[in-house]
Amino acid sequence: MTATPIADPIRAGLASGWDVVDASTLDADLIVEADVAIVGSGAGGGVTAETLALAGYKVVVLEEGPLRSSSDFRMREAEAYPELYQESAARKTRDKAINILQGRCVGGGTTVNWTSSFRTPASTLSYWQRTLGIEGLDEPSLAPWFAKMEDRLGIAPWTIAPNANNAALARGAAKLGIESAAIRRNVRGCWNLGYCGMGCPTNAKQSMLVTTLPAALGHGAKLVTRVRAEKLVLAGDRVDRLVARALDATGTTPIARTVTVHARSYVVAAGAIGSPALLLRSGVPDPHALVGKRTFLHPAVVSAARMDERIEGYAGAPQTIYSDHWLEVPFDGPAGFKLEAPPIHPALAATTLTGHGEPHARWMRALPTMHVLIALIRDGFHQDSQGGTVALRDDGTPVLDYPLTPYLFDAMRRAFLAMADLQFAAGARTVMPVHGRGDDFTTGEAARRAIGEFAIAPLATPIVSAHVMGGCPLGSDPKRAVVDMSGRHHHLANLHVIDGSLFPTSIGANPQLSIYAVAAKLSDALATSLGRKARAA
Amino acid sequence: MDPYRRRFLQAGLAGAAALAIAGGIAWFRRRIDSAATAPALVAEARDVVRAIVPSMLAGALPQGAERAAAIDETVGGVERAMAGLPPTARAELAQLFALLTLGAGRRAFAGVTPAWNDATRPDVDAFLASWQSSSWSLKRTAYDALHQLVLAAWYANPRSWPAIGYPGPPVLSA
Repeated sequence: MTATPIADPIRAGLASGWDVVDASTLDADLIVEADVAIVGSGAGGGVTAETLALAGYKVVVLEEGPLRSSSDFRMREAEAYPELYQESAARKTRDKAINILQGRCVGGGTTVNWTSSFRTPASTLSYWQRTLGIEGLDEPSLAPWFAKMEDRLGIAPWTIAPNANNAALARGAAKLGIESAAIRRNVRGCWNLGYCGMGCPTNAKQSMLVTTLPAALGHGAKLVTRVRAEKLVLAGDRVDRLVARALDATGTTPIARTVTVHARSYVVAAGAIGSPALLLRSGVPDPHALVGKRTFLHPAVVSAARMDERIEGYAGAPQTIYSDHWLEVPFDGPAGFKLEAPPIHPALAATTLTGHGEPHARWMRALPTMHVLIALIRDGFHQDSQGGTVALRDDGTPVLDYPLTPYLFDAMRRAFLAMADLQFAAGARTVMPVHGRGDDFTTGEAARRAIGEFAIAPLATPIVSAHVMGGCPLGSDPKRAVVDMSGRHHHLANLHVIDGSLFPTSIGANPQLSIYAVAAKLSDALATSLGRKARAA
Repeated sequence: MDPYRRRFLQAGLAGAAALAIAGGIAWFRRRIDSAATAPALVAEARDVVRAIVPSMLAGALPQGAERAAAIDETVGGVERAMAGLPPTARAELAQLFALLTLGAGRRAFAGVTPAWNDATRPDVDAFLASWQSSSWSLKRTAYDALHQLVLAAWYANPRSWPAIGYPGPPVLSA
């Protein structure tokens, strides 16, 4: 046995005396006093924790998942999905038609995402301003916050050659005469391994786990893991306290211990399913029934292909090339979609491909030459795309009801056509749009004819999502927004929401940088409003 | 009760074997609830998974000496995956397995006449194919759950990797 040569900043921090409590090990109820309580440690909670801790506030961060770090990240799907993802990476919408990949660990989605870093598209910001009347989130207002977070998280052009899965996307696009471009990534010293989705084993990914959270913990913040925020207890127009319940070591089942937090200010950053759910459980005033509505997913469909050359989509940075050719369309027409090339690991591929038995096994045996594209549909910009609704089950856990509509089915059909065309242009021998029983095609003509006749429907067409957005929209009008432009709740003075649930539509791009920038802006204002000025990170 | 779960049960109860099964489900769920160490699958449900694995993984499982171990490990992987699911998802799967393990449910819903231990590959192939293409969303979602559980359990297992040319994660050294 040799010790890993890679320094683990989390283990080092714990050894140095960080205040971290694993609630699954509590032998008594815990009561915490703080200036600011933050629910969630992902993109929103992580940035907010750093801003407030560095401004001198006593911060406590509650996280439902476990604290895991580079020494634990062994790049094995069997370990990563149950440890680091909501519902073992098998979270589903209510009708089970959409599988949602969502982080549940310290660092949240940022610990397991594929590092794609886009500024909020100008067209999206313009839609928010012109169509929804949202002021203060335009390009000039956000530019300094994007720049700050890009600098903080090492977001820069990726200059290493794309892996073959992404190179084929660029090649196919070029053959079709359409644009593709490189994706910026939040990495420093990336080893180009390709296992971002299982936790970065080298700490190259500049997730919240290795950036803002260590900074906050180093400034005296407290972190409680394996604890689920159950309820904000209200008193008049304020939150009086937060009651949370410890979970067992599997992170799935509540145990008897509670964690109660008394704070001056409460920040909900539990993600776009968890945040609305906490507000719903708490009976937070919601006179216009907005909480949990308009929750968006970038619903995505998948196309697999077999190439002559080796693709080895399990190796090399995932998602380094994209094409917005089909995204740059007017909002009042058919939905646009973004093309990306995901990582291709065995269990993820096997569960995404439809069917079973020999036909499925034949595709799996082609794993090294398998090429995969995903098309992420931009939802929430059209009257026929109202998103989903977060509701509570009997046991208080959230479930997202996301009705799939003909408007989205139309986009899926066009996405299958676009992906098949692009894959054949890139040299695919066989293309399998992931639908139905998984029929595959050896010519573009045959694929187009079949796709034209696909009965696209819930459950017949596997649909995936890795981006949950909306449900607590911000805006100055309390009739249309849950929180004001500072993220403060319209009806509760000391409650803020700072995470991806703020967005009034989907982003139209991978959302992490949008969340970072908005969180930086809002948390800075929160620090000021609490009485002390945020210091530079 | 959550509306989805209520629909799930009502859908089950609408079936021909409903009344005969209803008491059985309650019995089965008591067994699950009372298991001190909460194994994800009771023995009868394990038989269902064990019967499904060779059909779901036809063409993927190794032949010869490794085969039995591969099936055992896949069943174990399904159990571990279920143990990591939230209580609501575990309860839904428990209901599914309750339907499938009782003789009346197996015959009426899965169309499998012999006990799972005695079911032939064609029996199980026909069951999976009919649920995969069923117009009844209950069966479709149940097929998807079995698909996801079994395929994830097998392909996350290093034993499956040589046949698909996956080299496994890189070994880090500096």
